[in-house]
Amino acid sequence: MLGDITLGQYYPGNSPVHRMDPRSKLLLTIAYIVGVFLISNLPGYLLALGFLWIVVRVSGIRFSYLLRGLKPLRFILLFTFILNVLFSQGTTTLLSIAFFRLTREGLENAVYFSLRLVFLVMGTSVLTLTTSPVQLTDALEHLMHPLACFGFPAHELAMMMTIALRFIPTLLEEADKIQKAQMARGADFESGNLLARARAMIPLLVPLFVSSFRRANDLAMAMEARCYRGGEHRTRLRELRYTRLDLYALLCMVAFFVLIIAEGMLLG
Amino acid sequence: MPIAAEGVNYVYMAGSPYETKALDDVNLTIEDGEFVALIGHTGSGKSTLVQHLNGLLAPTSGRVLVDGQDLADKGTDRRAVRFHVGLVFQYPENQLFEETVEKDIAFGPKNLGLPQEEIGRRVREAMQKVALSYEELAQRSVFELSGGQMRRVAIAGVLAMEPKVLVLDEPCAGLDPRGREEILGLIRRLHEESGTTIVMVSHSMDDVANLAERVIVMEHGRIAMDGTPREIFSKGEALRAMGLDVPQAVELAEALRARGIPVPEGAYLPDEVAQAVLSAVGGGQQNAG
Amino acid sequence: MVNQQAESRIITDGLSYRYPEAERDAVSNVALHVRAGEFVCILGHNGSGKSTLAKLFNALYVPTEGTVWVCGMDTKDDDLVFDIRQHAGMVFQNPDNQIVATVVEEDVAFGLENNGVPPQEIRVRVDEALAAVGIKDKAKKAPHMLSGGQKQRVAIAGVMAMRPSVIILDESTAMLDPSGRQEVLSTVRRLNQEEGISIVLITHYMVEAAQADMIYVMDDGKIAMSGTPRQVFSKIDEVRALGLDVPPMTAMAQTLRSAGLAVRADVLTVDEMVEEVCRLQQKG
Repeated sequence: MLGDITLGQYYPGNSPVHRMDPRSKLLLTIAYIVGVFLISNLPGYLLALGFLWIVVRVSGIRFSYLLRGLKPLRFILLFTFILNVLFSQGTTTLLSIAFFRLTREGLENAVYFSLRLVFLVMGTSVLTLTTSPVQLTDALEHLMHPLACFGFPAHELAMMMTIALRFIPTLLEEADKIQKAQMARGADFESGNLLARARAMIPLLVPLFVSSFRRANDLAMAMEARCYRGGEHRTRLRELRYTRLDLYALLCMVAFFVLIIAEGMLLG
Repeated sequence: MPIAAEGVNYVYMAGSPYETKALDDVNLTIEDGEFVALIGHTGSGKSTLVQHLNGLLAPTSGRVLVDGQDLADKGTDRRAVRFHVGLVFQYPENQLFEETVEKDIAFGPKNLGLPQEEIGRRVREAMQKVALSYEELAQRSVFELSGGQMRRVAIAGVLAMEPKVLVLDEPCAGLDPRGREEILGLIRRLHEESGTTIVMVSHSMDDVANLAERVIVMEHGRIAMDGTPREIFSKGEALRAMGLDVPQAVELAEALRARGIPVPEGAYLPDEVAQAVLSAVGGGQQNAG
Repeated sequence: MVNQQAESRIITDGLSYRYPEAERDAVSNVALHVRAGEFVCILGHNGSGKSTLAKLFNALYVPTEGTVWVCGMDTKDDDLVFDIRQHAGMVFQNPDNQIVATVVEEDVAFGLENNGVPPQEIRVRVDEALAAVGIKDKAKKAPHMLSGGQKQRVAIAGVMAMRPSVIILDESTAMLDPSGRQEVLSTVRRLNQEEGISIVLITHYMVEAAQADMIYVMDDGKIAMSGTPRQVFSKIDEVRALGLDVPPMTAMAQTLRSAGLAVRADVLTVDEMVEEVCRLQQKG
C-alpha cells in the first residue's frame, strides 16, 4: 500500500492557479519570494499575507492545509527566532538579564526573519500543491533549455527527474516487501544500538541495490527499443503554452511589487 | 503447531481516502500436517492473510492463534513464532543479500542464535532438501546462480529455520515448466517426508489439483469456500463467477457430462477423467485398437 | 529473396550471436521466418536463447554471424536502426521496468516523442493506441496504480502508437496472474486478427502457444523443433525432453491412446477433446 504515496503534495484541482502554465508559476513563485525579502516592515508583511491569501482562495486549497505544512518546520522557525533575538545588534534595550540584552531591533529582526521563512515555505507550498511533479519537471526542462547551448544537460536532468518520480513508488513498495521477507527470517530492525541497527539495514539495502540496478538495466533496454536517442529532435505530447491566465497572474504580481515598493517608500 | 484465525479483520490505510478492507471476518484453523492451497483473484486478500499467519501483520480486530498463543498478546514472542511458521514470499530470490549461498541460508539460523555447528548442519540439510549440491554451490555468490537455483536458495533459507509450518506465496511464479516441476516436487517431498504443514498460495489450478488436500477460496477479503479439492472443483460455476479457472480436466468432465457421457461427479484429476472416458467409450475401441 | 522479403516481417538466415567474452553462442545458426499477419510462438526452457533471439529482432543486439531482416531492412545497417525499432516493437517481461513516464498517456507517447512526431499527430496516435488495447479510461492514471495486465497493455499501446508491422513479446505474460495473462493474450490476438500485425510471442505457457500459427522450440541456442502447434505438441516425449510441457488435453490424449483409445494425438483444447470422445462414442 506504500504505492499509494505520491511524491510531493500535489492537491489535484481545476482552479485557475492549477491551470496556469507551470513555467509562469515557477517564475512567479521566485518573484514572490524575492518580493517578501524586500519587505522590512509590518504593513508590508500584511500585504504579502493578503496576496498569498487571495492566491490560496483562488486555488481552492484550504488555508489550514497550507498552515499544516509549516508544522514540520516549527523547530527551525523557533531556532531562527531565538538566534536572531540573541545575536542581533541594537540600541533600544527592552530587557536586560546578565549577559542577555533584548533589544527592540533584535526582536524586530527575529520576527521578520521568521515571517520571511514562513512566507517562503507557504509560497513554494502553493506551487507544489497546485502543480503536479510532471508539470514541474516540464517547466524546469523548458526553463533550463536555453542553458543547453552552454552544454548544460537540461533534457537529461529532466529525464532523470521523471524516471526518479516514476520509480519512487515502485522502490518503496519493494523495500517494504524485502523488509518483511527478512523479518520472516528473523531479522530484527527495531532493537539494538545505533550500530546494530545500521548493520540490520544491510539485508535490506543489498537486495534493494541489486534490484535497482536490474531495473535500470531493463529500463535502458526498453527505452532503447522505443527509439530513445537523447533530447535532440525530440517532440512532446504535452506542449506548454502561455495563456491569458498567465498574463493576469503576471499583472497581479506586478501590482504586488508596486504596492510593496510604494508602501516601503511611504512608511519605511 | 495449529494456526487459528478468529474473526480477523484487516483494514489498510485506515482513515485515508485509500482505506480498503483487505480481510473481512476471516475464520479458519489449519491443523498439523495439512496441505492447504489458498486461491483467489489478485487482491482477494490471500497475501494479506498469509502475512497474518506469522505476525508480520496484526489484525485490525480479531485474533490469530499459533499453537494456542494469541500473537497480539504482550507475552508472545512474535520473532519466535516466525521461526516456527516459515514464510516464503513471492519472487523470494529478490531478498538474497549475502556474499555466499551458505551465508545467506545461514541468516535465519543465525538470527535464531544457534551454535555454529548446528547452523552448519542446518545449511547442509536445507540445501539437500532443495536439491542443491553443498560441495558445488555453498561458497558461490548467490548472484552467479540461475533464476531457478536462486529461488531454491531462498526457500532453503526459510527451511534452515526448520519451521513446522511452511507458507509459500506463489512459489512457482515466473519459472519455466522444468523449474515449476522442481519446486512443486520439493514442496511435495517436504510435506510427505517431514510432515511439514504446507500453506501454498497459487494461481495454477492444475498445481492445486495435483497437490493440495484442502482448498480455501478467497474473495473480497472473505473466505468464500473451504473444502477438499473434490468439493471445491465440483463447483465450477461458482469458481468461474469469481473470475477463477478450474483445472482443464474438470472443464472436460463438465463438457462431457453435458453431452451425456457419464463422468462421476467430483472427478477432478486427469487420470480420473481419463478412466471415466475409457469406461464410457473405451470398451469396444480397446479391442479394435 | 526479394519476393520473400516483401511478404515477410522477419527473416533470419544463419543467425548466430555470442555475448562479449562468452565461450559459446547464445543463439546459433537460426533460420526462421515470420510472415505478414502470422502469429509465431517461440518456446524453450530458461537459458535456451529465446530472449537473446528477441533482442536480435529489434536491433538491440547485432548478429555476430548471419543476418536478420526486419521488413526487408538488415539490422546491421546503422542508418536503419530507428526504422527497424519502429517496425518491430518490443514488450518485455517485467511490467514495472519498461514504463518510463509518470502518466499512462505520456508513456504511450514516449516512442513518438523520440521520433520527433509533431504534437498534434502524437495526440491522435496515442488516443488510437489506448483505444486499441482498451485502456482509454486509464490515460491520465499513474502507472503504479494499475494492475500487471493493465501495465502490459500500456506497454503494448506504446508499441502500437508507433504503427509497427510486428510486435515481439518477450515473456510478457510470465509475471502476470491468470486474468492478466488473459488480458494481454486476447489483446495481442485481436491486434493480430483485426489489424494484421504479426506477433512473435515468447512464453512458458503451453496453452498460449497452442493458439499460435507456428511454433519454434529453442534449445541450446538452436531451433530444436518447429511446426504448427499440432505438429509440435503431438510429439510429447520430444517436447518434454526439451524441458517443456504440452497442453493438458494433449497429455490426456496420450493417456487415452496408450490405454488403446483411438483419439487423435494432436488434440489441443477441451472442445477438441469433447468432439473426439463423442465421435468415438457414436462409432462404438
